[in-house]
Amino acid sequence: MKSPINRRQLLKQSAAAVSVLCLPVKAWASRQDRLQKAIESRFGPAIRAQDRVALKIPALTENGYSVPVEIRVDSPMTSEDYVQAIGLFAEENPISEIAWMELTPESGRALVKTRIRLAGSQHVVAAAKMNDGRVFEARVFAIVTLAACVI
Amino acid sequence: MIRISIPQSADLGEVIEIKAMLQHPMESGYRRDEMGRTIPRDIVAHFSCRFESQVVFKTDWGPGVAANPLLTFFARVNRAGTFYFEWRDLQGETFKTERTIEINR
Repeated sequence: MKSPINRRQLLKQSAAAVSVLCLPVKAWASRQDRLQKAIESRFGPAIRAQDRVALKIPALTENGYSVPVEIRVDSPMTSEDYVQAIGLFAEENPISEIAWMELTPESGRALVKTRIRLAGSQHVVAAAKMNDGRVFEARVFAIVTLAACVI
Repeated sequence: MIRISIPQSADLGEVIEIKAMLQHPMESGYRRDEMGRTIPRDIVAHFSCRFESQVVFKTDWGPGVAANPLLTFFARVNRAGTFYFEWRDLQGETFKTERTIEINR
């Protein structure tokens, strides 16, 4: 009598099922990697404390073509203690880095606002480098109902 | 078309808000036309603001910046003078403007 499921087939199928289940995890890991690489290409391997940077972005945006963002860094902006640079990154965009901004003590206030594109719901990261080399970051998850057609 | 919002005068040492907008499609290079051809990338990649000869603020942009890029930033005013604004696209074309500021007496 022929068994309805043969052992070899079952093994093959379960292996396939497991690998399919792993795919999204792998894709997620590679996106995380890409984001991390983009940030490190600007800031180096410095530890980025989740502090001093405030990233304001609407929790839910209808249109990914133009999303208002506000980045504020807690800094006195004096010649002894100021924000040197701010980087803005998005993990799902084809190019993770959205903008790189360089400030000076003459900026007076470490606050910038702009409008960005987001290719779908994703984490957005703002990182800031102080003149003493310390790096801080803020991470926000933004939900986008209509993604910018960038892919 | 360039739009700048900046006060005409400020107190000595005052930190002022500057808004700068350039009308530009910021074509990402990822979109296709109705024939399926890729629309070439056309973005403004650099912006800088100088006060007299000193750079106050500058930024590099990628295709992740929205069309008609609007930027709000701040600058401390230590004397009367001129702010110079300059955008440069990937083809090397520049868009420039300037605004002078007085000190309140």
